[in-house]
Amino acid sequence: MHPAPSIILFTTASGLGYGLAAMLGLGLVDPASVSAKVAHVLALALIGGGLLSSTLHLGNPQRAWRALSQWRSSWLSREGVMALVTFVPLVLSAWFVVVEGRYAPVAGLVGAALCAVTVYCTAMIYASLKAVDAWHTPLTPACYLLFALAGGLVASVFFATTAGGAGRWLIAAAMCAVAVAWGVKLVWRGRLASAASTSTPESATGLGHIGRVRLLERPHMTENYLTREMGFRVARKHARKLFVIALVAGAALPFLLLGGSLAAGPGGAASLLMAGMALLSFGLGTLVERWLFFAEARHAVMSYYGG
Amino acid sequence: MAPSPRVALSKPVGDEIRKTTCYMCACRCGINVHLKDGRIRYIEGNRDHPVNRGVLCAKGSAGIMQHYSPARLKAPLLRTGPRGSGEFREISWEEALSLATEWLGTVRRDDPKRLAFFTGRDQSQSLTGFWAQQFGTPNYAAHGGFCSVNMAAAGIMTLGGAFWEFGAPDWERTKLFVLFGVAEDHDSNPIKMGISRVKANGARFVSVNPVRTGYSAIADNWIGIRPGTDGLLILSVVHELLKAGRIDVDYLVRNSNAPWLVIDAPGTAEHGLFARDGDGQPLVFETVTESVVAARTKGARPALHGRCTLADGRAAVPSFQLLAEAYLDARYAPDAVSAETGVPAATIRGLAAEIGRVAFEEAIEIPQPWTDMNGERHDSFVGRPVSFHAMRGISAHSNGFQTARALHMLQVLIGAVDCPGGFRFEPPYPKPVEAHPTPHGRAEHFGSNKPLSGPHLGFPRGPEDLLVDEDGRPARIDKAFSWDAPIAAHGLMHMVIANAHARDPYGIDVLFLYMANMAWNSSMNTAGVIAMLEDKDPETGDYVIPKIIYSDAYSSEMVAYADLILPDTTYLERHDCISLLDRPISEPDSVNDAIRWPVLEPDRDVRAFQTVILDLGARLKLPGFVDQRGKALYDDYADYIVRHERRPGIGPLAGFRGADGTRTGRGAANREQLDRYIANGSFFSMEIPFEAQFMKHANRAWQEFAVRMGFFDTPQPVTFQLYNETLQKFRLAAQGLREPQPPESHRARIEAAFAPLPVWYRPLEEDAVDRDAFPYHAITQRPMAMYHSWGSMNAWLRQIHTRNPLYVPGEICDREGLADGDCAWVSSAHGRIKVQIARSDAVNPATMWTWNAIGKRGGAWALKPEAPEATKGFLLNHLIHELLPPKGDGLRWSNSDPVTGQAAWYDLRVRIEKAAPGDFSEPHFPDIATRGEVPEELRYGEEWEA
Amino acid sequence: MTSLPAAPASRKLGLVIDLDVCVGCHACVVNCKEWNTGGYGAALSDQDPYGANVSGAWLNRIHAFEIVPDEGSVIGEAGEVRVVHFPKSCLHCEDAPCVTVCPTGASYKRAEDGIVLVDEDKCIGCGLCAWSCPYGAREMDVAAGVMKKCTLCVDRIYNETLEEVDRVPACVRTCPANARHFGDLGDPGSHVSRMVAERGGYDLMPEQGTRPVNKYLPPRPRAALAASAEGARGEDLSDATGFFAWLDGVLDRL
Repeated sequence: MHPAPSIILFTTASGLGYGLAAMLGLGLVDPASVSAKVAHVLALALIGGGLLSSTLHLGNPQRAWRALSQWRSSWLSREGVMALVTFVPLVLSAWFVVVEGRYAPVAGLVGAALCAVTVYCTAMIYASLKAVDAWHTPLTPACYLLFALAGGLVASVFFATTAGGAGRWLIAAAMCAVAVAWGVKLVWRGRLASAASTSTPESATGLGHIGRVRLLERPHMTENYLTREMGFRVARKHARKLFVIALVAGAALPFLLLGGSLAAGPGGAASLLMAGMALLSFGLGTLVERWLFFAEARHAVMSYYGG
Repeated sequence: MAPSPRVALSKPVGDEIRKTTCYMCACRCGINVHLKDGRIRYIEGNRDHPVNRGVLCAKGSAGIMQHYSPARLKAPLLRTGPRGSGEFREISWEEALSLATEWLGTVRRDDPKRLAFFTGRDQSQSLTGFWAQQFGTPNYAAHGGFCSVNMAAAGIMTLGGAFWEFGAPDWERTKLFVLFGVAEDHDSNPIKMGISRVKANGARFVSVNPVRTGYSAIADNWIGIRPGTDGLLILSVVHELLKAGRIDVDYLVRNSNAPWLVIDAPGTAEHGLFARDGDGQPLVFETVTESVVAARTKGARPALHGRCTLADGRAAVPSFQLLAEAYLDARYAPDAVSAETGVPAATIRGLAAEIGRVAFEEAIEIPQPWTDMNGERHDSFVGRPVSFHAMRGISAHSNGFQTARALHMLQVLIGAVDCPGGFRFEPPYPKPVEAHPTPHGRAEHFGSNKPLSGPHLGFPRGPEDLLVDEDGRPARIDKAFSWDAPIAAHGLMHMVIANAHARDPYGIDVLFLYMANMAWNSSMNTAGVIAMLEDKDPETGDYVIPKIIYSDAYSSEMVAYADLILPDTTYLERHDCISLLDRPISEPDSVNDAIRWPVLEPDRDVRAFQTVILDLGARLKLPGFVDQRGKALYDDYADYIVRHERRPGIGPLAGFRGADGTRTGRGAANREQLDRYIANGSFFSMEIPFEAQFMKHANRAWQEFAVRMGFFDTPQPVTFQLYNETLQKFRLAAQGLREPQPPESHRARIEAAFAPLPVWYRPLEEDAVDRDAFPYHAITQRPMAMYHSWGSMNAWLRQIHTRNPLYVPGEICDREGLADGDCAWVSSAHGRIKVQIARSDAVNPATMWTWNAIGKRGGAWALKPEAPEATKGFLLNHLIHELLPPKGDGLRWSNSDPVTGQAAWYDLRVRIEKAAPGDFSEPHFPDIATRGEVPEELRYGEEWEA
Repeated sequence: MTSLPAAPASRKLGLVIDLDVCVGCHACVVNCKEWNTGGYGAALSDQDPYGANVSGAWLNRIHAFEIVPDEGSVIGEAGEVRVVHFPKSCLHCEDAPCVTVCPTGASYKRAEDGIVLVDEDKCIGCGLCAWSCPYGAREMDVAAGVMKKCTLCVDRIYNETLEEVDRVPACVRTCPANARHFGDLGDPGSHVSRMVAERGGYDLMPEQGTRPVNKYLPPRPRAALAASAEGARGEDLSDATGFFAWLDGVLDRL
């Protein structure tokens, strides 16, 4: 699948935004601190920016409002609806923190729950597509949710640190979440590597009973919408390298840095630096992971295109 | 659930339907052009049309993009930059025609042969040939010499007709259809419809083709033969049929020259010729009276073998004895030919067995009484339901003439010519070779300011009809009808530029071409031809070929090499006639012809080429184009179509003749003829009486019908010429036994190629090169969605074939370390090209192939120079020389069939090596200056959005 | 509306494609384009039409596949490699994933005849329906930003301004090889249903669970030529002498 920058940016940013918003909703950062105010605004910005970015790839963005209508069947529609619904408690929470400097537990908890639902909806857009083997698994929403959680916790550690110090349990939870998220991602990838394609040139043409089917000539010589959109597939060797980068940046480094921060104790400049670097590194690793999420996925239609 | 949105279900397609004839290829299907707001909304096949019955191919359906292509020429052009630069200035038609008249008038006065007038995709050869004859140059032909003259000449000389425009398989009744290589962009709808019909009827379809795409892909049996060996395969099948006694003896006796006696007098001028009586009638040996009598003597039972003595004491044998002895020889046994053809012996045996079985065990009988030309009444038509079709796959080899002859011989042996279920003639064919003219063009045939004394093209009956001088030197610029190519019935367009450049046999002043891309894909040795067109005479500083006039509708590569451009219209802006005098579109059951008419008015300063040459003819005051007072006879081509008469009452169109439009075939000109055609869907079709539909070569009802229609003035029955006397006459000349004799240099070649019975010999290039150094074949296939070089200027069609990979058999890939997408050098004895390859296994293991004419020169056809056609596309032409490799005899022979001069495109031998990747296929030529802007996006029809 | 029709339509209009006779000529491809570019919805645009990256929207495309028989398989000529030309357009699935994923309701399946259509006025061009289709039946028109797909020529098949015989999809009308057939696959007695039953018509990618309406007819079984040689009747005239003796016999009987 074509790794469109707008979509990668959207899922990464909104995932991190919803994760952070959810953690803020749980009251993990001192609501009176400047950091908490910044964190709330940042969470909303990430979510809003992500949503805006996702409309960039629309052919007719002026009609985007229509996407709210089909929540009964369409995960994309549900995501849109949920994104809007989730904004209500999130904006309320942010209002209380930014303006009044206090934590509003009801808005916060409702917001946190809705964040999870929205991330789930986003994930299900992909997971519901039977035509893309890599995505069509419950592990996909699991990954999205866990990455949002891990991102939210890592971000919370950073903001708690700037607010005067993150509790050991928070850092530990973040380390745990990072480990679990990437652990599930490894399982997701293991499935991708080992599972046979659901559809093959033989099943796509129905001619497997004659023999091995191989594309001789494309219907049209140059690229078309389908090959541009679904024909992209990163070379396996390349993908392996990139996944190592993703693992180092998204898992190993944040884990070590968070550990360092934990060891350095709350409040110090070193711990702040390490928490910040952990967040950046996790974000970077997630971007690479998201790129691979698309670039490693094979669409069934490529059975017709020799891919 | 909400209700479905309203969809406009009954929107009218357009404002108006105009019916005309397609010209996206040479198929000539009927089309309905739907117009909306003065633009083309939709083009579909005309259901009533006899050629396509409503269907339409990819090309026809892409007519919109052809008609509106930015590559269309817009006004007459005069060259301003050097040849090849593409720099021109627009001039007025008056200036263009005055200039052309001045150039042509000077030539006509001083030395008419210094005009060479050759036409390419010409569907008006009846007019262009007439024009050239009235002009008086001996140098005229269309493109048949590099197309399929082998097929046409062999067919006429054997059966009185060949495939495609001469005849077709009886699709409905055939039970076994064998297809040899054909250009799948020509005549394609009838073949597709036919093959589909054959398969629906449960008949077997066998394809003999080195490449298994297109038609071959759906064949029940694919014989992936090695190129150039089809003749050997056919002769092996003949061997098997003779051995099995699977021949139609009665048919042979009645319809062929099998019983004709051949003189056996070695060392004399008559050896191998037919024994004839005082009236020139061939003789047969009558077995009841045991006497020699004239063929067709009523009640005679002629012998098919056995030596007899003629009245003059010479010995003679029936030609069939020579035939049987020749092909029963063990060298034609399937096991003996298997290695050369690459076809397993069991497959050859199976093919022969199947042909024999279907012909004789599944024979069909139509209970329609008929009378033959001897007056004998028959109760029914007997059908041997085995049919064949072949075109370029056989034709474009230097042994193609004899291979085509072999195929026709096979058809006659099993009695499957013009019978139910077999190959059937299409009106006005069959036409015996005697009904065709002999060629004209010798010095005594022309002169200053006078017409040529007869038609340019025809069939020599022997060496005496050649167009050579006393020393045997060619009279024509293309050396057609010379010892180089004695039966060049369609001329040798592919040799014109090379010969004119070499001034061999002489130089010319004006080269006048119509719709032939000679500076690119229509020439062998393209780079060489470009250099010849660019070459200047150091003495005069002028080009060696001083003046080139070219007419085309699109900015092809050739446009850049011409000096004066006469821009043609598109096919939707013109009048045309698809005439029975030319290349007919008849079907076995019906006499058909058709017209085109301007369903759209040109929006540019262009004129139909036919109207332009009528104008030039009038300006040059050519007889037939002006009246006694020198006034133009015809206003334009439409006027000519209606009023021109070739013989009294016989004009370009057969339908709606006579003052009231009720006459068919013969009749006075009808001023409303074109309107009647238009009202009838732009075609005319007349069903042949059923009694006359089969055995036309010997069927009295047909012969009388043909005379009534004006195809002939007297009946012209045909006796199939299995043994060909004309060829033997050339052979005798080569043996020094008959006058005129060929030069010493030509004797061995003529003796080998002019066998009176079909033979197979290795293609000349393959024979001349080191087969180990060039171990493979490379050939082109015609993509069904393109037509020659056309299609690349068509925004829809070019998406299908934007570039052409070289398909290389898996075995060769593995041997040479090649994978899909690799670049490779492909070398021949003549040159090398660098191309991108793709792997294929559905191909003869020694043969690589690519799509024809996809490669383009940067800037031509209004494509951007970076278009893949120009950067990645390529031509095999660079590997093919117009001359064979030197043999050390000091001569360079034309890379053509030694009988007909047919260009031997498919004889090419190559080797292949992996190459470093690159941005361009090679050779890559400098871009031609483009003319005008092209759009970045098309949204055709957006204004009609619902 | 994004939901599929509640009750399965009794009429299931669709195509039957005969792979036994398709020669890959692209007639259906181009005729489809010319019909539809001035017809239903936005024009089918072409980008860079005369340049390096020419690319347009098409609703029907023909792929060519090479099929290498497995070792030992004896279908057709043993060991012989086949080429199959393979036309492909929307299959108008009964369980069309492209319909249910659509967030706006632009994509819908008609209850009355099962045709899957896009209401272009509602389409936001998100592309998700194209992602959901395993067959590649949907292509975004880059210029209009809306999703295009085969309409089964809904503006032809009910078009009262056309002669009845012409009320079939453009691809069917134009196909020179008669490889495309249109009809009601919901009616077991229709000519297309009978064809499917007789020839073993099948679904593409049944594993995707889309239940396509369009069916494909497989290439017919083929018998090797070599088999015809065995048991062939006829004479066995090994040389010219034998041949001429046989010939005399035949001539005597004439």
